[in-house]
Amino acid sequence: MLAESLVLAGVIFVLGTLGVIVRRNVIIMFLCIELQLNAVNLTFVAFSRFVGIEGQLFVFFVMTVAAAEAAVGLAIIISIFRHYETVNVNHFNLLKW
Amino acid sequence: MTEVLFFIFAAVAVGGAVGVVMSRSPVASLLFTVATLASTAGIYVLLEAHFLAAVQIIVYAGAVMVLFLFVIMLLNLGHEYRRDIRGNVALIMGFAVTGGIGGLLARQVGSGSAGLETNLGAGDAIDAALREHGAVGAIAQPLFTDYVVPFELTGILLLVAIVGALVLAK
Repeated sequence: MLAESLVLAGVIFVLGTLGVIVRRNVIIMFLCIELQLNAVNLTFVAFSRFVGIEGQLFVFFVMTVAAAEAAVGLAIIISIFRHYETVNVNHFNLLKW
Repeated sequence: MTEVLFFIFAAVAVGGAVGVVMSRSPVASLLFTVATLASTAGIYVLLEAHFLAAVQIIVYAGAVMVLFLFVIMLLNLGHEYRRDIRGNVALIMGFAVTGGIGGLLARQVGSGSAGLETNLGAGDAIDAALREHGAVGAIAQPLFTDYVVPFELTGILLLVAIVGALVLAK
């Protein structure tokens, strides 16, 4: 079941990457980043079965960082939305050359 | 039985991930994400990580996703059904990049998976710790001894995130 878990994590990670690249709605891009984090967590749990319980501790820390990232990222999205009135990343071009 | 459950959970997880990328409405995307997270929690249970499965449901699928839902409702994006997939060039580039990553991952798993099933020494140690301390104790034991400094740093990180979110969204 370990190899299958790694394959599943790879598939979810690739789908998350595709979503980040392809979508333009910034909230859906953010959800896809959560998918990628989730795939990495699954890899950690699968490997903890034959490396040690430290893998599960790392998942714990990754979840904390993901929660902090979601809070700060959504605050940034709200403050950008107040300025541009949209969540389409094509309109966020202040730093584009 | 375990195998069948694993494949059911894996199918729901992959289907949910496809739904996140494909669906037009942000609310539908969010619900697909919840499906993926919940079925990943099921796979955690199958991998004997019971505490993480509970945390995944409570913190991830519960708290973080509800935070996302609050923001979607606050910004009034619930009825946005326009297509927001990027143009052809970016689409081809996206598939090229993800195909590259997927190919590399497939090669790595394919070449290394032969030795995975045989080397299960740590699995027995984890099972012993689970029997001795319970699902929470097995994680808490190393967390509050060997990894207590990262744990406290995580607390500081959460404090900084709370203050940062308040300042940014004010």
